[in-house]
Order: sequence, then C-alpha cells, then structure tokens
Amino acid sequence: MSDVKTVFGSLANYQKGGVAVIDDDPKNYVFSNVFEVADKSKPYERVAVGKNFQYVIECVRAEGDSPWYACAHDEFALVMDGKVEIRLVKPTDPLVPEDKSGAIKLAAAPKGKKMGRVVAGRGHMTLLPKGSAYQFHADAPSVVTIQTIAGDVTIERWSEICQTAE
Amino acid sequence: MSSKTAYSVDATEPDNYYGYRRFKKGKFAFRRDEYFVHIDWPKGSHTLPADAFLRALQRDVAWNFFYGTVNFDSVFGTLNHYGTVDMFAGTFNDAYKSAGLDYLETYNAEDLMTTFKAILDDWTNAGYDPFAAPEETDQAYGRKHGDNRDAINRLRVTAKRMVGIPGDTPVRTDKTGYPVNRQFADVEQDVPEVQAEPGFEKEVAAFNLFAYLSRSDVTWNPSVCSVVKESLYCPTSEEFTLPVEHGNDRVEWFMQMSDEIVWVVKDKDTGRPRARVTCKPGDICAMPADIRHQGFSPKRSMLLVWENASNEIPKLINEGRAPVVPVKF
Ligand SMILES: [Fe+2]
Repeated sequence: MSDVKTVFGSLANYQKGGVAVIDDDPKNYVFSNVFEVADKSKPYERVAVGKNFQYVIECVRAEGDSPWYACAHDEFALVMDGKVEIRLVKPTDPLVPEDKSGAIKLAAAPKGKKMGRVVAGRGHMTLLPKGSAYQFHADAPSVVTIQTIAGDVTIERWSEICQTAE
Repeated sequence: MSSKTAYSVDATEPDNYYGYRRFKKGKFAFRRDEYFVHIDWPKGSHTLPADAFLRALQRDVAWNFFYGTVNFDSVFGTLNHYGTVDMFAGTFNDAYKSAGLDYLETYNAEDLMTTFKAILDDWTNAGYDPFAAPEETDQAYGRKHGDNRDAINRLRVTAKRMVGIPGDTPVRTDKTGYPVNRQFADVEQDVPEVQAEPGFEKEVAAFNLFAYLSRSDVTWNPSVCSVVKESLYCPTSEEFTLPVEHGNDRVEWFMQMSDEIVWVVKDKDTGRPRARVTCKPGDICAMPADIRHQGFSPKRSMLLVWENASNEIPKLINEGRAPVVPVKF
C-alpha cells in the first residue's frame, strides 16, 4: 500500500500560504483562500475570489437551500469541500435576457420542466447549463467555487478577503 | 516528421559520435551532446542542460508557444504574437540587454514550430519523457539512442464545454490508459450522482475533476476542462519544477486545489526578483501581467490555471489601456 498523502483543504481544516515580498506589493497578487472566504461568508453569498476582466470565480458557502438562480450562459460549479445537491429546471419562459452576464437571483422557484439533479462531492464539477434555473442544497456547510461572469449576484470585497501587507 | 510539412527544417546528418543532428533557424544554431544543449546566435552563445532544454521545448511545442513569453531559462525563449513568434536570446535579461548582446528573430509560428518539433523529436531518447516528473522517467542524457514519439506527441486536451459531457473530452479511466498516478494513489475515485430527465442528458452533467487530475500522465501541462466564453479553466497536475519561466501577456490566476506550490516571481522584462508566493490548498491568487513566474511543487499537486483567452488583452495591456493587475483595492 502506498503511504502517499494528498492534502486537500476544508472549512474545518485549511492553512494559508501567502506572498513574501522581495520588491513588490502583496496586493498585486489578490491572494485569498476559498475556505477562509467561505468560513466568513453568509450562506450563498457569491463572493468573487478571482477576476479577469468580466470573468469571475465566485466562492460560495453552501448551507441549507440556496435561492433559485438563472443565467443566460454556462457556469460551472466545483465543490471544494462537503456535499452539494444541484437541482436543475428548464424554465417555461426564458428568465434572463440572452446578453445578460452573470447569474440572477429569482424570487421563487421557476415554473418549468425538471431537468434533473446532481449530487456532487469534493472535487466534482457540475455544468450549470445556460438557459436553466438552478438551486443548491447542502445538509452541512460546504464550499463551492463557480466559474462565471460578474453579474448582479457577484459580491466584491477584495480588501476584506485579500492579503494587503506582509 | 510529417511529409506534408510546408516548412523546411535546416538539419545536418546525425553527428558521427553523438548521433544527434544539428539544427539552424535563421541565425540561431542548436546542437546537443551527451549532457548539454548549446545555442549560438550572432552575438553570443548559451548552454543549458539537455533535460532542462527538452522539458521546456516540450511545453513550448505542446502549448503552441502559449500565452506571452516562454523563457527556457534566464536567457533563451520565445514570445508569442499569435500568428508570428519571436525567438530570442538575452532580450529579457538585464545584463545581456544593457551589454547589447541580446538578439531576436521573428518567424511565422508554424515555421518555427516545425523546427522545434524536429529538434524535440531528434534529441529525445528512448525512455526519456519530457512531460514526466524526474522520478517517473529515464534520463535525457547520453549519446543518441532511439526516440520517444508516443510521449512527445501527446495532444493537449481541450474540452469544448466540459470534460465528460457526451461528445466532449472523455473522462480518464484505467481502460483508456490513464491509471491513477503513484503520487495520487489516495485520491478518491468516486463519481457524482447524476440524474438527468429524458432529453436533458447532455445538459445535466458532472464529473470528478480531482479523480481526472489524479490520472493525468503529464506534469505542467494546463488543459482546458471547462469553458465560459473566453474564460478557460485549465487544471493541471504539477510535480518538481515548472520547466519554464512563464511571462504572461495578461493576468493569469492560480487556485491551488491540493498540496503546495511555491512560485518564484521575477520582473518580466529584467528578471529582477519580485516575490515568492506560497500556495496551499484553497489559496487563490493572480499573477500580474508584468512578471514571470516559475513554480516548484515538492509533491505532485493539483493546480487550477485560469486564463482569459481574449486576444484583445495583450494589446490593451501593451498600450497601457488595461492594468497589469486584475483588481485594484
Ligand atoms: Fe503561467
């Protein structure tokens, strides 16, 4: 048997590295940790932890039921810790204009056809297909990162989450 | 070498003693012996260990010159202009530059690629895999013995939407020739529970990315796994040293998914040290567009490389119309 030990992080157990400066400003690296961000977030706040022009990676603390969301383009959810159920519905009428970037929060469960569900554990990536509506559910606090575009639900609070000094 | 190649390769017959061909491209000349690769250009010469050169060359070939600058070391490398490419010596080295010893030639990208592939093919010996971690491969050294075409001609994976969707890049399994790597022997191979209603089989989709990466047979080879327009997730498995110092022409992001990588960061133009960034699981950070970076991964680790593939960005940054950092706060 191999005694190799692959180290993953979790809400309960994570360590942070960081930026050691030689001739630089640590803020240039926009350095944070998704487990720490989720640890300090309210359930289903979609906090940007990465940004490249309009594109973002959001970090989400999944806990209980999320609101329903809809999005005009694909998004991808990667579970970094815990277990998360993703429920997918094809809305009867489109809920988001075709050219709208990012997810929007729906007031209630949308009318439409059930597409299916995914139960994703650590390391599992799920397609949140364009033109669908979706809801997350987690029995226990879990961490999800979402590859998407900045939109109405994206929260940016960089100075609170990032390393600002050595 | 393909007989359909439109570009010619300037190569000698194999050397009587070492068995390797010598190559010329423009005024650059390349030769190798048992341990080293020697590069000559009109204003100077340079020597690299053969394994370091081949590991870097392999990445430059597999990535099709990648984004921005691929520094083989502090002297030699390529700069991608997407269609044309510069091959340079000393251009991004303070001392060479101020001494006037730097030299650069620009080629059609396919033209230079044809020569690079020929060098990689001729100089890679049987048993040596430039994609592998040092512990997993024979040595690169010695006189010419055989080749390793299966290893060097691996194709870079690029999913169109997401790995595992019917019709897209398939997941990796034992059966398809991707056993779990020795350093990821403890990584769970479970699969997500996917229940698609009839008609939604192509849209209700998920896969185990960590298991997928645990079965990667290469190191330092970011491959597209999911796509939101021009936002590309390019996760990769890393072990030992990134074979190049990458000077990106845009901001690039890293999310460390397992284990640890230390990044040594230097100024892109001069090579002056700027920072040392340690990434542990869950750490996420940007590499600014004015630096070069090289990673060191003591144990095989999982890294998410995140790119914005928009071809507008290098121009915006060059002209000062976009910042070299992704966020100001
Ligand atoms: Fe890079």
